[in-house]
Amino acid sequence: MNFIALKMLIGDRAKYLGILMGLTFASLLLTQQAGIFVGLMSRTFGFLTDTSLPSIWVMDEKVQFVDDVKPLRDTDLDRVRSVEGIEWAVPLYKGLLQARLDNGNFQSCNLIGLDDATLIGGPPIMVQGTLADLRRSDGVIVDEVGASGKLAKVLPGGRRVPLQVGDTMELNDHRAVVVGICRTTRTFQSQPMVYTTYSRATIFAPRQRKLLSFVLAKSKAGENSQVVCDRIRAKTGLAAYTHKQFVQLTLNYFMKNTGIPINFGMSVVLGFIIGTAIAGQTFYNFTLDNLRYFGTLKAMGAGNGKLLGMIVLQALTVGAIGYGLGVGAACLFGAASNHSELAFLLPWQVLALTAGAVLLICVGSALASIWKVMRLEPAIVFRS
Amino acid sequence: MRAFEELNMNETEKNGVAVKCTGLRKIFGEGTAAVQALRGVDLDVRPGELMMLVGPSGCGKTTLISIIAGILDQSEGECVVFGHNFRAARQSEKTRYRGENIGFVFQAYNLIPTLTAAENVAVPLLVQGESRRKATERAREVLRQVNFDDRMMGAMPSQLSGGQQQRVAIARALVHQPKLVVCDEPTSALDHETGQTIMELLRKVALQDGRALIVVTHDARIFGFADRIAKMDDGHIERVVNSPAELNGTRK
Repeated sequence: MNFIALKMLIGDRAKYLGILMGLTFASLLLTQQAGIFVGLMSRTFGFLTDTSLPSIWVMDEKVQFVDDVKPLRDTDLDRVRSVEGIEWAVPLYKGLLQARLDNGNFQSCNLIGLDDATLIGGPPIMVQGTLADLRRSDGVIVDEVGASGKLAKVLPGGRRVPLQVGDTMELNDHRAVVVGICRTTRTFQSQPMVYTTYSRATIFAPRQRKLLSFVLAKSKAGENSQVVCDRIRAKTGLAAYTHKQFVQLTLNYFMKNTGIPINFGMSVVLGFIIGTAIAGQTFYNFTLDNLRYFGTLKAMGAGNGKLLGMIVLQALTVGAIGYGLGVGAACLFGAASNHSELAFLLPWQVLALTAGAVLLICVGSALASIWKVMRLEPAIVFRS
Repeated sequence: MRAFEELNMNETEKNGVAVKCTGLRKIFGEGTAAVQALRGVDLDVRPGELMMLVGPSGCGKTTLISIIAGILDQSEGECVVFGHNFRAARQSEKTRYRGENIGFVFQAYNLIPTLTAAENVAVPLLVQGESRRKATERAREVLRQVNFDDRMMGAMPSQLSGGQQQRVAIARALVHQPKLVVCDEPTSALDHETGQTIMELLRKVALQDGRALIVVTHDARIFGFADRIAKMDDGHIERVVNSPAELNGTRK
């Protein structure tokens, strides 16, 4: 019977391709939109992704996400260091700063100040130079997207030349020398990332009474990071999160306070509805066209169970192929946009979600057909 | 299931009656919209007999064979087919019985357009759970019996002529060796010559092993192939005759 079901399905090329197209389109739209959504949301904690060494982030208790900096007193660093179970704790500066370009324009930059001694919190990949070069006088490391984009030098003809090692720039009226180019994970903020040492960052930064943005800490081996976080909270009154918790805090903030989930959710829902409409309608029409043959099979002794099996097999077959084609196309899209500005991530959860949605479309499409075939009088075969 | 079969084994089969209908009534719809399609039909069909049901359109021929074939439930009366009374049977029992014991030939052939001729013939065996290889082998055998060209067995129905399609339909009706074959207007879509050939074939191949054959037709040119002809009118059997000549003559 499976053989008959599949031949009935594939034999009617036009309808078969119509159903496939609907499911492929739905699958592509669901995967692609969900992939972009996940990619975009992962950018909200891109800085945290790059700064994975510390297991604990300590900050003001009012901080809501990674870019929401509420400075601490310098003495808070020592208070954190004194908490039991802390292996090490280092300062981190994070703030926005104006860079003056060669052509006189100003550009906001994200300035990151790393602990002078350890340089913990530095960029994950160096394209030019080394992290240790930050110890050179006035040294800064610029991310490659910023270096070739917003911070690029503009020549008289309008041609843009990327910043290179050795170039100088002005950061809040202070001279800075580019000692390295790094590659960082894209963040939600579009400003170039500029890394330097903590002490230099506090010189570059506008005058403020408090300049310490975060304390990055590591719990001792064998210590539970969550327990250490609780101790920090209890002893210092500061907020302390594990790396994973801080990622979640940031993600929650963007999910709750921006329209991104709704906007992408609409696209995903639209893809689902259109896919259901096209695939469901075509599949139902396919069943209606074959009703006479289902009736013939019923007259010849095929029970409802067998016919139900045939329809389910047909629905699952087109579902599996449509899903494969849609996800394949989404992967190609992802590969093509790999080095572009587009945020696209395809974790297994997105694939599972799409598979679930496509399965739902197939079940929905099949249900209408099943209902029709189950109620079919085999006597239909004698009606001409 | 076995109990159902044994319970329903009655005298009809032992006495050499393939189909016995008694007081068969069928009403479609309810209340003022009710239509009586059958108004108390009594009919016997013997094993090895070709019985033709003739009569004007709407006289209840198709309704009658639908009930005999177990694909429609009667409103009243009894219909016993080779000892089995469908009235007492569950739907699943009827379906199984149909699959094993009844063959169908339809006016519009009802061949599945996406299956080849041989695959179409194999369908009743596949429905019964036979393996594809065995079913196709058997289908080819039966197709040869209905003089179907070997080269055409892989052809799709759309590539076959009306006569060839009806041969395939006949082979499909016989492939699982049913006890009863019901044919609805098997020649109405065919020209005279092809119609005659198909009927000769039906008589020759279908009426073997005590099989009963019921043919519903309007086509007076094939009346001569019948062993008996039941003339229906307005939902009942007007008379049963042995030859076409008797149809317009004396009542039997």
